[in-house]
Amino acid sequence: MHMHKYEKIWLFFGIGSLFVFLAVLGVGAFAQGTQPPSCLTTIDPEKVDQTPPFDKPGLVKTGENEYQLNIVASAFAYTPNQVEIPKGAKVTINVATKDVIHGFEMAGTNVNMMVEPGYVSSYTQTFDKVGEYVILCNEYCGAGHHLMTAKVKVVEQ
Amino acid sequence: MMNGTWKVDARDGKLAMAHIYVAFVALALGGLAGLLQVLVRSGKFELPAGISYYTILTTHGVLLGLVLTTFFIIGFQFAAVSRTAGTLSDRVRFWGWIGFWLMTIGTAITAFYILIGEASVLYTFYAPLQAHAGFYIGLTLVVVGSWISGFAMFAHYAKWKKAHPGQVSPLLTFMSVVNMVLWLVCSLGVAATVLFQLIPWSLGYVDRINVLVSRTLFWYFGHPLVYFWLLPAYMIWYAIIPKIIGGKMFSDSLARMSFILFLIFSIPVGFHHQLVEPGIDPAWKYLQVVLTFMVVIPSLMTAFSMFATFEMYGRSKGATGLFGWLRKLPWGDARFFAPFIGMLFFIPAGAGGLVNASHQLNQVVHNTIWVTGHFHLTLATTVVLTFFGGAYWLIPHLTGRVMTKAMNRLAIIQTIVWSIGMIFMSSAMHFAGLLGAPRRSAFSTYGDAPQALEWIPYQIAQAVGGTILFIGIILVLIIVTNLAFFAPKGETEFPVAEVAEQAERTPLVFENWKLWIGIAVVLILIAYTVPFIDMIQNAPPGSKGFKLW
Amino acid sequence: MKTQLNTSTPKAKVEKEPALKGTLASVLFLGFFLIFTWVSVYFLFLNRL
Repeated sequence: MHMHKYEKIWLFFGIGSLFVFLAVLGVGAFAQGTQPPSCLTTIDPEKVDQTPPFDKPGLVKTGENEYQLNIVASAFAYTPNQVEIPKGAKVTINVATKDVIHGFEMAGTNVNMMVEPGYVSSYTQTFDKVGEYVILCNEYCGAGHHLMTAKVKVVEQ
Repeated sequence: MMNGTWKVDARDGKLAMAHIYVAFVALALGGLAGLLQVLVRSGKFELPAGISYYTILTTHGVLLGLVLTTFFIIGFQFAAVSRTAGTLSDRVRFWGWIGFWLMTIGTAITAFYILIGEASVLYTFYAPLQAHAGFYIGLTLVVVGSWISGFAMFAHYAKWKKAHPGQVSPLLTFMSVVNMVLWLVCSLGVAATVLFQLIPWSLGYVDRINVLVSRTLFWYFGHPLVYFWLLPAYMIWYAIIPKIIGGKMFSDSLARMSFILFLIFSIPVGFHHQLVEPGIDPAWKYLQVVLTFMVVIPSLMTAFSMFATFEMYGRSKGATGLFGWLRKLPWGDARFFAPFIGMLFFIPAGAGGLVNASHQLNQVVHNTIWVTGHFHLTLATTVVLTFFGGAYWLIPHLTGRVMTKAMNRLAIIQTIVWSIGMIFMSSAMHFAGLLGAPRRSAFSTYGDAPQALEWIPYQIAQAVGGTILFIGIILVLIIVTNLAFFAPKGETEFPVAEVAEQAERTPLVFENWKLWIGIAVVLILIAYTVPFIDMIQNAPPGSKGFKLW
Repeated sequence: MKTQLNTSTPKAKVEKEPALKGTLASVLFLGFFLIFTWVSVYFLFLNRL
């Protein structure tokens, strides 16, 4: 089909940019491991409180500078809702919900995932900066949705 | 190209106008809900009488995202096919009315259950939040009504093809058919989750629901939905704006090609709304990210065609220099000005959309108010300003009136007011979103968290912008009421552009529906079959319904 | 694509390609805006890793 010369230039440039973006994303995701949270573990949503590790939610040390942070989400709270993390810790955050869909967002970080009944949501983040982060529910879950929050403090070791 | 009558038949006009009235009533009510939301979110106001923020939010989303759009689009497309492929037959028009009444009754039922507080589930109605069954049944009627109207348009198109063997169909008719095919194929997903999952579950026939399957079916529908909104705006840009400015269409074939690309690529992309959720393998997410980027291509083509149309017109009027043609455009004509501003807003809208769809980058913005800012640029500016610009000639054409100079001036002011309001509101939303402010949330300081306090100035800017936008809504309602009932009687043109002389002839291949729908189905199967089987095979125990509002 | 400078080809309607310098400049500006936005958020993402 006939196309103006400039349109060819434009589409070459535009489509080329799209493929560069895709390549950057693909290398990041598949070679450097920055995949979005996509945990495939399932859980019975009505037995979250009895299922390890969510029967004892909180921060657990799993190795040299490595931690697991297990959090239970329910309308309209996170358990626990106050967490202290030592600076430099590599933390795998696991979240499960007992009722409806919730969001799990640590504002100002890349920790941002959907929490859906029946699944564990998981993401690993290293905390290199001392400070305080607010965790909040960013998926509508009911009348108290905007009150669903928790706090993380990153402290000097 | 000039097939059929120059004027839409009065009986077809009535059908189109019925849709347009409902659309603008939805705009009035939904806009009021939007005003209340931005005021609440500023932290300076509270809703009276115990009205829930989330009831208002559900009203806003359903009325503006689903009702305003669907009704305007179907009304506009009935007028467009009648204008370009000839007066509708009595049968087609009859089914058009059946579709209209089903959609209207469905809307009324859904609105009733929202307003009595039985369905504060937002317009995405994610299970296991469980609304009253009436909410889902009403929505079903809206979708079924739209299908009937779609089939009525297909029948009209088929009749034209039969009467004109071997000829290329009129562009606006072709585009309407593409849009309704897209709508039919994608709304099968939402129909499946509503009919087979949500309705039996909300009526208590089944106890539990598979949440991830329901969400996946929803988003199979949810992204092509936005293209269903966008394509009628593209129809106006491609096939009508060139006539309004007094120029010619850059290319008929490229316009058709971009529509076919939308049909093929806009459906197998729903995972880019589910990038940060569990239960889906990231490789399948990435595949759909790639397909999402392919659907950018027809928009890149459209951008070129639009600028080319404007430049060719300007140069034909003697414009020189790199941008001299801009000065030749009819800036004082609201039928051009409103859609043109809509086009400009599509540039930041598209940029934000690329970010949203970018796999792991989605973590930065997912469910933050950035996303709200994004679709207030795409839908609530690009699409809506184009629809307003369309209404400025469509309504007087159908009601046998003319737009006065005063109304045209008011429409120019309306466009400027809308732009200013949206720059405030949408920019504030984008920046607050990057800082982490969530979408779909009432005012909250999250226990006076320092981070959340930083968002408040942005939320006040949103309230300022939202209030200006509400003034914009009042202005457009004044104009539309005037055009429908009070403007002086007369003849208004339904503009349809002709193709530029140097453009090549349109090949018939674009109407090889088996081919294009076949490719679309293959891509859908590639993108969805394996992950969907995974979801069902590895399904966790289902969820009971919750009513948490 | 064949050069289309020759106006006496059978397709008499196909003339010299229209002058679209401004169009090219406009879309390239648009393209750079897309790249700028994307790269900005990409670096924000990297910064937050």
